[in-house]
Amino acid sequence: MRITEHPIIEFRRGNPVSFTFDGNPVTGYEGETIAAALHAAGVRVLSHSYKHKRPRGFFCAIGNCSSCLMKVNGVSNVRICITPVKEGDLVEMQQGRGELVAQD
Amino acid sequence: MRCSREGVSLLRKTEIAVVGGGPAGLSAALTAVRQGANVTLVDRDPILGGQLVKQTHMFFGSKRQYAAIRGIDIPAELIAALEKEGGDRINMLLDTTVLGYYDDGSLLIEKDEQARVLYPERVIFATGAAEKMLPFPGNDLPGVYGAGAVQTLMNVYGIKPGNRVLMIGAGNIGLIVSYQLVQAGVEVAAIIEGAPKIGGYLVHASKIRRAGIPILTSHTIVEAKGAESVEGAVICKLDENWNSIPGTEQTLDVDVICLAVGLSPLTELVWQACCEQVYVPELGGYVPKRNERMQTSLPNIYVAGDVAGIEEASSAMICGKIAGLYAADDLGYSNNMEQLSAEFNRELNELRAGEAGAKIRQGLEKLSGGGRVC
Repeated sequence: MRITEHPIIEFRRGNPVSFTFDGNPVTGYEGETIAAALHAAGVRVLSHSYKHKRPRGFFCAIGNCSSCLMKVNGVSNVRICITPVKEGDLVEMQQGRGELVAQD
Repeated sequence: MRCSREGVSLLRKTEIAVVGGGPAGLSAALTAVRQGANVTLVDRDPILGGQLVKQTHMFFGSKRQYAAIRGIDIPAELIAALEKEGGDRINMLLDTTVLGYYDDGSLLIEKDEQARVLYPERVIFATGAAEKMLPFPGNDLPGVYGAGAVQTLMNVYGIKPGNRVLMIGAGNIGLIVSYQLVQAGVEVAAIIEGAPKIGGYLVHASKIRRAGIPILTSHTIVEAKGAESVEGAVICKLDENWNSIPGTEQTLDVDVICLAVGLSPLTELVWQACCEQVYVPELGGYVPKRNERMQTSLPNIYVAGDVAGIEEASSAMICGKIAGLYAADDLGYSNNMEQLSAEFNRELNELRAGEAGAKIRQGLEKLSGGGRVC
């Protein structure tokens, strides 16, 4: 799903970055968001509605709609559409409203 | 977010805080630092430029308003100017979210999972807008995307949103994004529009027609099909009273439904600060009242860009300059006021003249209630 040829834009992708989504290895690129990397990998369902458990996907891409909240490195409710992907990130589908993490 | 036991830490003072680093915020910050003020520019995204970073089409207007320059090339110019001319008077905080405004004029901000407080003497809210939703069964399925999100995926990150798209809305955004989808190698099944005529500029609509994409006016979406994500869309014709005509339903084989049905100003912080607001449909919904200096009902708070009324990037940049100019003026940085103010107002009036600006002019009239607004 990555665009390789474009009449106007030359995409300068950063170095490849390895992370996991629900335990599965995914490759993204430095400089892109977690949501972008997951979308490129074909992941369309990002969360589920609290009550009816309906699937939710990418929607606003500006950190506004809360459709993409995930657990990243143990922290719940991360807006993955505005969070840059980092090497070794542990990204997980969040269950329900997530949980608070106690400070060490 | 992790909250430290010590609570809120790291106080920082600044003369002007600009919230939002899109066209309006960047222009406000640049104008204010040029006048001599200290500015802190805050944006929740890792990249500055707001929606400009995905505008691959060329802008209209005069050279001063970046005509014939692609939107994607504008932020770099503004950021370079900010760095060069701002020196140590500009501080850019990216990946940083403004969580709230307090009565003492301070802003609670979050960066690197730490809450901090920013004490500005003046605030310019340039928070932009969010995509409007459309009610239809299945509108919450993955694959129903806002037009801005589709642009982010394909024009910023070089990722296709899907294989075949139904575009809803034949305003300028719907037309432009459809053309950009074609450029990205994605098929556009159709553009549907509830109104009986195309809302966007003819120049954009002609490009779409030449690309062979049908624009179906007086059409709406009935439902999105699919279990885990969009697998199709049912559309139908509307009569002159916007009622569905039974028997005209057709199913399109698409995996993306793109919404380009308008924008709402992102006024949460403006509401929270208790700036007076007025409902003006022509400007996208509730917008803050302000004077010709872009100053709201709270004298220390200014607004610029889509948060002050949905318009477009060129006018957002000029409103940003006006807000930056007067916020700085208010702090005593008052160089060349008459000349600059006349220049900015002239540019703005030029942009809003003519048929394309009629709706904005009407909206601003409603907002001002007879007084002068910018």
